[in-house]
Amino acid sequence: MARAVTTQRKIVFTALAWIIGLAIFFPILWTILTSFKTEATAIADPPVFFNFDWTLENYRVVQERSDYMRYLWNSVALAVGSTLLGIIIAVPAAWSMAFVPAKRTKDILMWMLSTKMLPAVGVLYPIRLILINMGLLDSKTALIFILMMINLPIIIWMLYTYFREIPGEILEAARMDGATLKDEILYVLTPMAIPGIASTVLLNIILAWNEAFWTLTLTTVNAAPLTAFIASYSSPEGLFYAKLSAASTMAIAPILILGWFSQKQLVRGLTFGAVK
Amino acid sequence: MGRITLDKVRKAFGDVEVIPPLDLTINDGEFVVFVGPSGCGKSTLLRLIAGLEDVTSGEIRIDGTDATHLSPAKRSLAMVFQSYALYPHMSVRKNIAFPLKMAKLDQAEIDRRVEGAAKVLNLDSYLDRRPGQLSGGQRQRVAIGRAIVREPSAFLFDEPLSNLDAALRVGMRLEISELHKRLATTMIYVTHDQVEAMTMADKIVVLQAGRIEQVGSPLELYRTPRNKFVAGFIGSPKMNFIDGAEAAKHSAHTIGIRPEHLIVTDEGGTWTGKVGVSEHLGSDTFFHVHVEGFPETLTVRAGGEVNLHYGDTIHLTPDAAQIHRFDAEGLRLA
Ligand SMILES: Nc1ncnc2c1ncn2[C@@H]1O[C@H](COP(=O)(O)OP(=O)(O)OP(=O)(O)O)[C@@H](O)[C@H]1O
Ligand SMILES: [Mg+2]
Repeated sequence: MARAVTTQRKIVFTALAWIIGLAIFFPILWTILTSFKTEATAIADPPVFFNFDWTLENYRVVQERSDYMRYLWNSVALAVGSTLLGIIIAVPAAWSMAFVPAKRTKDILMWMLSTKMLPAVGVLYPIRLILINMGLLDSKTALIFILMMINLPIIIWMLYTYFREIPGEILEAARMDGATLKDEILYVLTPMAIPGIASTVLLNIILAWNEAFWTLTLTTVNAAPLTAFIASYSSPEGLFYAKLSAASTMAIAPILILGWFSQKQLVRGLTFGAVK
Repeated sequence: MGRITLDKVRKAFGDVEVIPPLDLTINDGEFVVFVGPSGCGKSTLLRLIAGLEDVTSGEIRIDGTDATHLSPAKRSLAMVFQSYALYPHMSVRKNIAFPLKMAKLDQAEIDRRVEGAAKVLNLDSYLDRRPGQLSGGQRQRVAIGRAIVREPSAFLFDEPLSNLDAALRVGMRLEISELHKRLATTMIYVTHDQVEAMTMADKIVVLQAGRIEQVGSPLELYRTPRNKFVAGFIGSPKMNFIDGAEAAKHSAHTIGIRPEHLIVTDEGGTWTGKVGVSEHLGSDTFFHVHVEGFPETLTVRAGGEVNLHYGDTIHLTPDAAQIHRFDAEGLRLA
């Protein structure tokens, strides 16, 4: 039964939604605004909102001081690399869990998820020492592997929920129609799962992009992505708010743009396929 | 060719034995119907034949060769699912062509066969639509089309009509029977609707709890059910069963008499009862009659014009030649 919602209530709810939305967005907006201010205006009291002299000075300084493109490239390599590697491992795993479940499949899934509840710092030293011993500290390959492992439970869970929505009978029909396992996966399952795979890829690129703990603790120079780029501006040596903001804006801009253009896919991804 | 033999085929899911060892032979060109109550293992048995489930033990032979461990793709059987199981991302044309593409036929041959199947099933004008844009009946036709193009040695149907409305069901029932007459290919058809079983089958296999209760032609099962279960399952409405003294008169533990074999008279008769609920179907009327001393009402079939009302007294006589006698185990007495 459709509930009648009065216009008044609609207005109240819409206003509330906007207020909450703006509150969430405010820090990002503030960062972007600050990045166009001079260091002096950035810490002005009372704060200035729009009526200041807009300047690109901070961006110029940041670009001069550090090689943005190298950090950007590292971020792209880490995010895309770890996600693709994760998908390659997760697709067969999720397929077998969704379509040939065993008695303990549910337990395995829960166990995988539970690893996400462990504080990462708990394994920082073992992992750091292993990497040092292997000479893999500050290596992109090692970091891609670690980021992949960290997000793997989420990738498998997401794909698993998508695959479970695909009726097994359709795969059985393909088998009856003479399809080999390869044909079945290539011509039937994958095309049907494309939206799910796409949302999973997008969400995981974002997660990997934003990952700061491991990228900061396991890199120094060569493999350092944009998170390290931002962090390098947060040192207490002098007035750096505007430059820090400029660096942050440059770091989040690519992922923000990607997120903006793939909103619909992302909502599907974040709701784990609940919205059809 | 499509002769299928099951030899001591057994299926267990974990510790639960769903199909105890079972033997069955399906001859080439036969229309065989598996019937039985929900959960009796009809689908499981069909899926074992299809190769979609592994047998726990026993052997399945198709045309004399051992197919027990063959993958479904290699058994040259086609299946029509209850849910149709069409490929939602492909057009009707691609759906029907899929098995041919898997068989690596050349494109000209594929087109020729798809057009042919589409003509037979009246799908010509829908070939470029997606399954989602079709009605239930049309989807069912596409599923059948996909099954017939590859000219399999047998067709397997798992309750293909149960998602259709009553009128469409009768129509499709006739179409499938027609198809069988024309192709003369073996068909195995699962249903829990005994009317479908009676009207379509050359041979009915009645299952209960994974066991075969009886195999025979529809009329054999109707006339000489081997036990009470089959007697009660085949025929609509259900056979009346009477225990106790009345059965003892026929030296049986239980006697069974079908609603159509009870003769209604105004007086005399073997039993006297009061009319309860009646169901008018136009052509027939079914009365539920309370007979004194019987724990359950008797169902009686009378003509459509019979005028009896709730509470009327009625006299019933069973047709002596049509009384089925069963022993204490429920087995038929000769
Ligand atoms: N994969 C499975 N794992 C465990 N038990 C199963 C499995 N598949 C079927 N069963 C059990 O096997 C029995 C037979 O199931 P089946 O689906 O063959 O029945 P059916 O005769 O087709 O019933 P229906 O008329 O409702 O379709 C049921 O008790 C069911 O619970
Ligand atoms: Mg079934």
